[in-house]
Amino acid sequence: MTRLASVFAGRDHAALIAFVTVGYPTVEATLEAVPLLEKCGVDVVELGIPFSDPMADGVTIQQASYKALQNGITPAKCLETARLIRQKVDIPLLFMTYYNPVFRYGLDLFCADSSCAGIDGLIIPDLPLDEAGLLEKATLGYNLDLIFLIAPTSPEHRIKEIAQRSRGFIYLVSVTGITGMRKNLPLGLNRLVSKVRRLSAKPLCMGFGISTPEQAAEVAVSVDGVIIGSSIVHLMGSEKDWKPAVFEFICSVKKALVETGTLL
Amino acid sequence: MDMMPDERGYYGEFGGRFVPEVLIPALEELTEAYCGAREDPAFQEEFYHLSRHWSGRPTPLYEAKRLSELQGGACIYLKREDLLHTGAHKINNALGQGLLAKRLGKKRLVAETGAGQHGVAAAAVSALLGLECVVYMGEEDVHRQAPNVFRMRLLGAEVKAVTCGARTLKDAVNEAFRDWVTNVQSTYYLLGSVVGPHPYPLMVRDFQAVIGREAREQILGARGALPDYVLACVGGGSNAMGIFYPFLNDPQVKLIGVEAGGQGLESNKHAASLTAGKVGVLQGAKSFLLQDEDGQILSTHSISAGLDYPGVGPEHSFLKDTGRAQYVAVEDRYALEAFHLLSRTEGIIPALEPAHAIAHALKLAGSLKREQVIVVNLSGRGDKDMDIISKMPEVGS
Repeated sequence: MTRLASVFAGRDHAALIAFVTVGYPTVEATLEAVPLLEKCGVDVVELGIPFSDPMADGVTIQQASYKALQNGITPAKCLETARLIRQKVDIPLLFMTYYNPVFRYGLDLFCADSSCAGIDGLIIPDLPLDEAGLLEKATLGYNLDLIFLIAPTSPEHRIKEIAQRSRGFIYLVSVTGITGMRKNLPLGLNRLVSKVRRLSAKPLCMGFGISTPEQAAEVAVSVDGVIIGSSIVHLMGSEKDWKPAVFEFICSVKKALVETGTLL
Repeated sequence: MDMMPDERGYYGEFGGRFVPEVLIPALEELTEAYCGAREDPAFQEEFYHLSRHWSGRPTPLYEAKRLSELQGGACIYLKREDLLHTGAHKINNALGQGLLAKRLGKKRLVAETGAGQHGVAAAAVSALLGLECVVYMGEEDVHRQAPNVFRMRLLGAEVKAVTCGARTLKDAVNEAFRDWVTNVQSTYYLLGSVVGPHPYPLMVRDFQAVIGREAREQILGARGALPDYVLACVGGGSNAMGIFYPFLNDPQVKLIGVEAGGQGLESNKHAASLTAGKVGVLQGAKSFLLQDEDGQILSTHSISAGLDYPGVGPEHSFLKDTGRAQYVAVEDRYALEAFHLLSRTEGIIPALEPAHAIAHALKLAGSLKREQVIVVNLSGRGDKDMDIISKMPEVGS
């Protein structure tokens, strides 16, 4: 069983998946944040490799990416950061980035180096199934999971194919929209989840717009994992002493997930 | 002659659909609707009727005698897209896609704009068809193309200044995509060039191909022969694709796309993606891009906001790859010179974008014989650029 698969084996509450932008506000912050997140009970961490044109991201991650790039962060530095993090934590680490940096690095080389650095899988939001064949092949060669996204607009035939080809888990996008904190989650999430559940038994994790313990609890009743990104990135960027703030926030989310348990 | 991308929207190795999953169903719906419209005589008739009576087609093909004489050598013809309603070729595509949006039952349009010409065209079409219109424009461009911002507002559009990234066209496209991702059920994204995910490069080319069809017929009428060269400026590449496409199967006609050389290719302050870029994926398609070695998109520079874009349409990448078209870069200063020269010799003030193509035509003409013919797509007029020009030291006077 892979490190990522074992996260979803025999759970009694939804897993907590956290996102941080590598190099935001600094590389040192990223190096400190991931062990801290693990300590709060985070089950998986997504490391965002910043891209100049983050089409699927809201303003929080856009600004974090911009700042990280100004700090001189490159895919090579992200790989090095991941390698250092891997020495400190046991939880699965995923890279989340856009296709062009991976394409430019070279698909095979990127997968080889990611695997070497202790990365468990990749999430590329601008790479739908239809364009993913080559990267899929490369990830398979290096035991990396390639995680695909399902959107509320995905029709049944695509849900089926995405569910079949997504490895590690299925990333269910909660909203037709971009990443970022929202006051309210859209209605009908349960319907969306049950539609996917009917078509696949793979672990299902929901992200985009989930920014409070209440919202996390709201979706946790029906999914295997809850993904939180912008709120963490926001705290790390705006609080001078971000560690207690992140610790407190993530612990409260974790607590909400444990208390909610699961209906499964 | 009907050259189509493959079913995944690829022209050779270029094109495709690199977008978030949420947009894939919308792109599939759009492809299906467009293919239906393409074969529907009623749709084509409405497009033709409005192109003629509202946009002002056909546009003349004008023999620029004084300009040609001044330079010596080849005879230069100008395809007068500058005479179209709203001042540029952009209206052809905006009208076509506006009709398509209506066919799809969408009530709200979003568009991006650089120079403001596509934004104005989208705003005008929205007014004509009774659609709500939001135009994203980089903050930098809002300042340098202020008259067009005013025109868009007069036409009833909401102009949103984009403050992320370099605050120019590329960032406006990102923001328009984000809006579309968020409002995909109610909203139509009226993309202004032959870029983006399939079917946009195909649709925009088709709606712009009227330029080349008219020009081909007009030059045959005027000279009894095809031209030796067809030239057009290339930012995203819609006016160039529009005039090139009907000549693709005429191998004797050389096609040259003219990119923005900015302050020179070695200065790194330019927007010449085909001349100086590498293959990558941006905003939905695989094509040539200006990017660093890590795949981050570089900021671009051009005196003309409409060419200030780090990517280019995938079909241009294909034409470059196959050698069917050639691409060159012309620097700001030569474009400015051509701008003044055309104004003074022909009484035509061009937009700064096609001034790049005029500059290359002048250079080329000198090396050609008198009986040879160059057709240049004069894609827009210069009214929008008055502010920029008035702040420059005058060239060539």
